[in-house]
Amino acid sequence: MTTVAVAGRRSNPASRFLRIAFFAVVAIVIYQLVLFIALQQTWLVGTSALPADQAFPVAVQQTINALSIGAIYALIALGYTMVYGIIELINFAHGDVFMVGAFLSMFVTLGIFGQTVGVSVTDIPFLILLLASALIIVMPLTGLLNVTIERIFYRPFRGGSRLAPLITAVGVSFILQNLALVFVGSGDRGAPQVFPLEWQIKFGEAKISVLSIFIFALAVSLMVALNLFVNKTRLGRAMRATAQDQQAASLMGVDLNQTIALTFLLGGALAGAAGVVWGLRFGYVRQDLGFNAGLKSFTSAVLGGIGNINGAALGGFFIGFTENLASALGFSRWSEFLVFLILTFVLIFRPTGILGQQLGDRA
Amino acid sequence: MTAAMATGGADEPMLVMKDVHTYYGQIHALQGITLTVNKGEVVTLIGANGAGKTTTLKTISGLLHARSGSVRFEGDDITKMPAHKLVERGIGHAPEGRRIFSRLTVLENLQMGAFSRPKADIQPDIERVFNLFPRLRERTGQLGGTLSGGEQQMLAISRALMSEPRMLLLDEPSLGLAPILVAQVFETIKEINSQGTTVLLVEQNALQALSIAHRGYVLQTGEVVLSGMADDLRQNETVRKAYLGED
Ligand SMILES: Nc1ncnc2c1ncn2[C@@H]1O[C@H](COP(=O)(O)OP(=O)(O)OP(=O)(O)O)[C@@H](O)[C@H]1O
Ligand SMILES: [Mg+2]
Repeated sequence: MTTVAVAGRRSNPASRFLRIAFFAVVAIVIYQLVLFIALQQTWLVGTSALPADQAFPVAVQQTINALSIGAIYALIALGYTMVYGIIELINFAHGDVFMVGAFLSMFVTLGIFGQTVGVSVTDIPFLILLLASALIIVMPLTGLLNVTIERIFYRPFRGGSRLAPLITAVGVSFILQNLALVFVGSGDRGAPQVFPLEWQIKFGEAKISVLSIFIFALAVSLMVALNLFVNKTRLGRAMRATAQDQQAASLMGVDLNQTIALTFLLGGALAGAAGVVWGLRFGYVRQDLGFNAGLKSFTSAVLGGIGNINGAALGGFFIGFTENLASALGFSRWSEFLVFLILTFVLIFRPTGILGQQLGDRA
Repeated sequence: MTAAMATGGADEPMLVMKDVHTYYGQIHALQGITLTVNKGEVVTLIGANGAGKTTTLKTISGLLHARSGSVRFEGDDITKMPAHKLVERGIGHAPEGRRIFSRLTVLENLQMGAFSRPKADIQPDIERVFNLFPRLRERTGQLGGTLSGGEQQMLAISRALMSEPRMLLLDEPSLGLAPILVAQVFETIKEINSQGTTVLLVEQNALQALSIAHRGYVLQTGEVVLSGMADDLRQNETVRKAYLGED
């Protein structure tokens, strides 16, 4: 995107999409190669080093895992970045909206469908019904929750101090966590993994989890839809205009309250989708989930360039891959250290993030 | 001063500000502004830096609200109305400093200008502003922030016209432009006015502003100190000394 700004012209969206896709494929192939080689190194992984024929399938499987976890971070990161882009607020409660989404999804599968175990691979229509219901119920609810948070806790501070809403956001984060504590208690709650984990596709020796592919595909579809909305529709244009100059946007007839609410709605809905797939993938939900996953997603947003939608997606996958690399090589305990080390370096050498701030360019 | 005659017909007040006081926090920026703009006129506000010209326009377009006094537009009280509603009512404001959306293309900036008319076919309006400013036509796909200062000014005026305002507020449209462009912008303002849009024009360039305006108001520290027909103001001793740079 920086090249676009330099040239001063927008490149054709189709060619831009192809460029992104090409870049993604190259990055994935490089990652697999790195992993494939690293897995064989005794100096790096000690006695768990694998011979080449075993390292290959592991590298493939791990890459798919990385894509799915990266997709979750990316979905959450979008909400941080959009809200920051439009009102320059770091919405610390956003991770907790994701957590609420994960719980709501659990209630839909358990409470409405009474489903506690994986759906049989032979019963795909029911699986689709289940997943679609979860998404259709959870996404609007977390979207509305986010809108309500903005309406009650952030809007009164609009146009005033920057610090006050930031502190309020931390407060809202605690409120949501404590509400979760009251209603569902502490510790891990088992979330039904209705998506059959044994459903795998053979790729040579590698077994690729269909769930991971589903998560990745869902996230990419949502991101493409978001991109089309923001770049191609009248309201999306108003969102971008508002992010750049609120007063000028209001002079065009844009209702700032509505546009900001819309931003929170979209961000919340995406966090809800992330919550739905979290339970499927990890099989548990807990009241402090939003802190950990939220922090990593926030890091993703900063890494990509806070305020930049494409940056948040990129950052999410970057963090997902970093974490995956660490755990695939047996350094899980170091993964968070690694994530924040990278963040620190990026912020020192490129404070605006990898892609730079974009949505929120206040002239 | 008696109300001036506009271009012929009977005066029909379009905008009436009565004893308007506007504050920035504790700062008392407008200290009782009273003025009228009649339908079809070009009226100019002149005054030194910090006199309150921009604040007056912002108070009209709803970016700021008067703490006391009233603003009426086409007979309705708009004192407390928010900016986005006033665009729908027919007030277009090209604000100080252009305020182009720098990461939107020229076309998108123009589309934003028409945001208040969601159902309208805006193609004729785009044609109209391209005819006023042909340079913009070649730059539709270019990002606003990459336009030259003069082009940005053209875009700012065009964008405000896209809402098809009945009244256009222009805040220093000639600022930072080369002399030849200044002349062109003033010509264009006349043209816009002759196409039926009432104009309230804020200018540092008092001489040129008075030469295209029907009437003018002179502001000083948030108050109107002088008003009258543009021709009379141009002849006025005080105005010549203070604002036209003559001794
Ligand atoms: N955002 C603000 N906060 C506080 N005071 C302000 C603000 N904007 C303007 N003022 C004050 O209000 C007064 C009027 O300012 P205004 O911008 O209306 O002047 P102006 O006539 O447009 O001047 P200029 O010709 O320099 O544009 C000034 O004294 C200015 O310092
Ligand atoms: Mg001014």
